[in-house]
Amino acid sequence: MIDYIDKIKQISKQILTDCRVDMVIGFRQGTVPMMNEPCFAKTVDDVDAFVWDSHCGINLANYLTGRKEKIGIIAKGCDTRNIVTHIIENKIDRDRLYIIGVPCRGMVDRRKVNALCDSIYEVTEQGDTVKVTGENLDRQLARADLLQENCTTCVHPNPVIYDELVADEVEVHTDVDRWADVKKIEAMGSDEKWSYFDDLLKECIRCYACRNACPLCYCPTCFVDESKPQWMGKGQDETDVRTFHFLRAYHCAGRCTDCGACARACPVGIDMRVFTRKLEKDCFDLYGWEAGLTLDVRPPLDTYQADDPEEFIK
Amino acid sequence: MKIIRIDKTDWDSGLKKSADHYRLVGPTQEKDFFLYKPLKPGKAPDMSFSNTRLSAKGTIYPQSHTLFTYSLDPDQKDHHLLIEPENENPPTAVIGIRPCDAAAFVQVRRNFDAPDYQDPYWLNAYENTVLVGLACDQPGPACFCTSTGGGPYDGTALDLLLADNDNHYLAQVVSDKGAAFIEKAGWAGEVETDAAMQIFQARKAAAEDKIRSTVDTDHLADAGTMALYDAPFWEDVAFACINCGTCTFLCPTCWCFDIQDETHGMSGQRLRIWDSCMFPLFTRHGTGHNPRGEKVQRVRQRFMHKLKYYVDKYEAGVQCVGCGRCVLQCPVNIDIRKVCELMNNAGKQPVTCTA
Amino acid sequence: MQNPYLPYPVRIDNIVTETEDKNLKTFKFVFENPEDEEKFDFSAGQFAELSVTGKGEIPIGIASSPTEKGFVMFTVNKVGLVSSHLHTMKEGDIMGIRGPLGNPYPWDTLEGKNIVIIGGGFAFTTLRASILYILAHRDRFGDITVIYGARTPGMLLYRDELAAWEKRDDIQMHITVDGTDDPDWKYHVGFVPTITEQKAPPGDENTYAIICGPPIMIKFTQPALDKSGYRHENIIMSLENRMKCGIGMCGRCNVGRHFVCKDGPVFTLSQLERMPKEY
Repeated sequence: MIDYIDKIKQISKQILTDCRVDMVIGFRQGTVPMMNEPCFAKTVDDVDAFVWDSHCGINLANYLTGRKEKIGIIAKGCDTRNIVTHIIENKIDRDRLYIIGVPCRGMVDRRKVNALCDSIYEVTEQGDTVKVTGENLDRQLARADLLQENCTTCVHPNPVIYDELVADEVEVHTDVDRWADVKKIEAMGSDEKWSYFDDLLKECIRCYACRNACPLCYCPTCFVDESKPQWMGKGQDETDVRTFHFLRAYHCAGRCTDCGACARACPVGIDMRVFTRKLEKDCFDLYGWEAGLTLDVRPPLDTYQADDPEEFIK
Repeated sequence: MKIIRIDKTDWDSGLKKSADHYRLVGPTQEKDFFLYKPLKPGKAPDMSFSNTRLSAKGTIYPQSHTLFTYSLDPDQKDHHLLIEPENENPPTAVIGIRPCDAAAFVQVRRNFDAPDYQDPYWLNAYENTVLVGLACDQPGPACFCTSTGGGPYDGTALDLLLADNDNHYLAQVVSDKGAAFIEKAGWAGEVETDAAMQIFQARKAAAEDKIRSTVDTDHLADAGTMALYDAPFWEDVAFACINCGTCTFLCPTCWCFDIQDETHGMSGQRLRIWDSCMFPLFTRHGTGHNPRGEKVQRVRQRFMHKLKYYVDKYEAGVQCVGCGRCVLQCPVNIDIRKVCELMNNAGKQPVTCTA
Repeated sequence: MQNPYLPYPVRIDNIVTETEDKNLKTFKFVFENPEDEEKFDFSAGQFAELSVTGKGEIPIGIASSPTEKGFVMFTVNKVGLVSSHLHTMKEGDIMGIRGPLGNPYPWDTLEGKNIVIIGGGFAFTTLRASILYILAHRDRFGDITVIYGARTPGMLLYRDELAAWEKRDDIQMHITVDGTDDPDWKYHVGFVPTITEQKAPPGDENTYAIICGPPIMIKFTQPALDKSGYRHENIIMSLENRMKCGIGMCGRCNVGRHFVCKDGPVFTLSQLERMPKEY
């Protein structure tokens, strides 16, 4: 995937030179291993700072909200699905975007690497191999073993909407059970589910990194911040913590692309995808719907069809 | 300074004895990271940690804390009056706190223990807490405590400074509070100070050698406030920020808070809750006007507060202990070391503004 | 150690609806414990946190003068959660006040000086306190001029007192409204900056201006004062920012290194010119 960068830079420079866009949103080299920083390039020289590797997991569609410029954006499969959702929800005009599509082979989960030792010094990659050096550590690992969980089941790695692709489309894996994780939880009894969710959310500090990393969470005032009326408390009461996560997940129903931005951002390692995944699966099962694949169909939760399933209404 | 040798075979039994007199809090593994948590009876702190994911600030200043309770029931005596909680700070020992987190208490104290107002909740908790520190032999990849006036073996903010010396700890008794704790734990093996200090010195040098980054702060005080405030780099610094509270909540030196009344039925509490300058609501007026309504203003506030306003106000250095938590956990890699460098370099420029 | 977060219990003694839009009410509070009134020793320009149990606190300028005894008075605009609830409360209800907080207007500096007091809309509360304080110690001050404007006559605060002050000859009153269709309106029509330009005495070393009002009024009044020769050290303003603790600890009301609650709310224009515009 690191071989994409030359093409990314070339396209970025071209569209800036041609004044097709005012800025290009991409990534620059981070200051700690496995963390690249979203950045913008307004000039051809700025573009030289761009990087692309397995640590560009942040969903850049999040940076489109509220911007007024003509924007070039470097977008993976999931990012483009969120761009589609943004367009459908009137957050941005297609005309103002130049989408540089990146066929994605999956992003590295830095927690899997960080689990190897306390101090990781450097992580580099070549093809399917990742080289990790750290405190008393020097190892070569298979990239496939280090991927974010959402990437391992992703069936839309190729951009669904773009102006230009930086490389040929990647092969889509067809041999995975997309919903194995959800089925596991569905199979639990009520008590087991309760204690599972309880344990899952135990460390939440309500920093809202999950919400703020999510391109879908663009409400001017989030329900947790409303004061008139105040829907929920702001302390560490566990009911309030759960209410935040459950309600946020429901706000994402039929919109979530499972880009993994929420779980990736969480400073205490909560995989809140557990909730959005269930709703993603329900939308798929009930309506045959996957978010952000097309500009031509309204999402199921903002339309009504006579044959909508209604067995869940009791 | 008195130095006590604590054989590791005596460690657990000593802690157990101390638990008759102190509530013990210590590093505990939760999933794939460590937190300071109250230790259940008989549970030993897990001293194998590098540093905790959240700082120790919550041991004195909990994320959510009851300032007062109240009743809204007109039939109750003292209804609608605010009642202070009683006896809420039993003597507490924080076992294994790192020198950086202890140094943070010194910085934060300047806010809560001002000449004109003193915060009784913070101060009572602080005064009732003994800090049994553990020197840091394996600084993390983003640690820079030696640049912020501290160090992995800096015991000045602690009551006891422990060095892990193979089969035993060597404990520097820094304060009377520390001496009292040692006595309650029954550790009495005083060793010859000069020899022990040499061990401390050698270990300190080895630990400091492992610190991989340094940050210059020497020109921050000279820089003009308005020159820094209007510096051209803020848009670039702030671009990636998603305005979450990770940096502020993980930071041992961030102290900002909100006050909220939470009522259930006819009774409730006035709570103090950690807040964050990253949140738009932090400064939004009732009218909707917001003096820091833009992301770039909030990001600038965080760094200006830590690296300029605090520096000028207290003349005691930056409001940062170099623990590296915000650097490692920021979801979008905004790095205070880099921002500090930008600000410090701006301070080297000739000041054209007199502010 | 005294708990600075603990309000003094007070009883609502009297409530007056001030303005025709009914969004401003004046509350008179009486201390439940008489000794608390002694402790609540304030000067004009300071504020307090009004504590509504179960809802929270709001910082409000003290509208009564320290020379008025037996009660403290606040005029509250209905905006947020706490103020809206306060507007539903009744005489006799129990709540709390915490303070006094912040710095008053610089009364030592102002002694012997001419003062022009400029207010707009509902930001006239601490100015009322100041006028009463000055009138109670009239011989300590030079010429006193008041310029006060609101959108309409019905939006002016403390109308009976304004009328009484109009009749005095030891204070020059210039009351104005943005517009009115009342044929009996006998005062000015025009915006505060315009009236300031016409009526404010010329600025000199011994003349100070105290300004409180909405940002737009302040923005246009300042050039009027500049034109009249006011030194920026002699222009005194009172800032507002969102607050919680009121004692410089919770961190949200800062403007640069200064907290509006503890280092302000009173600043001179020359101080503000060296601070970020974060208010």
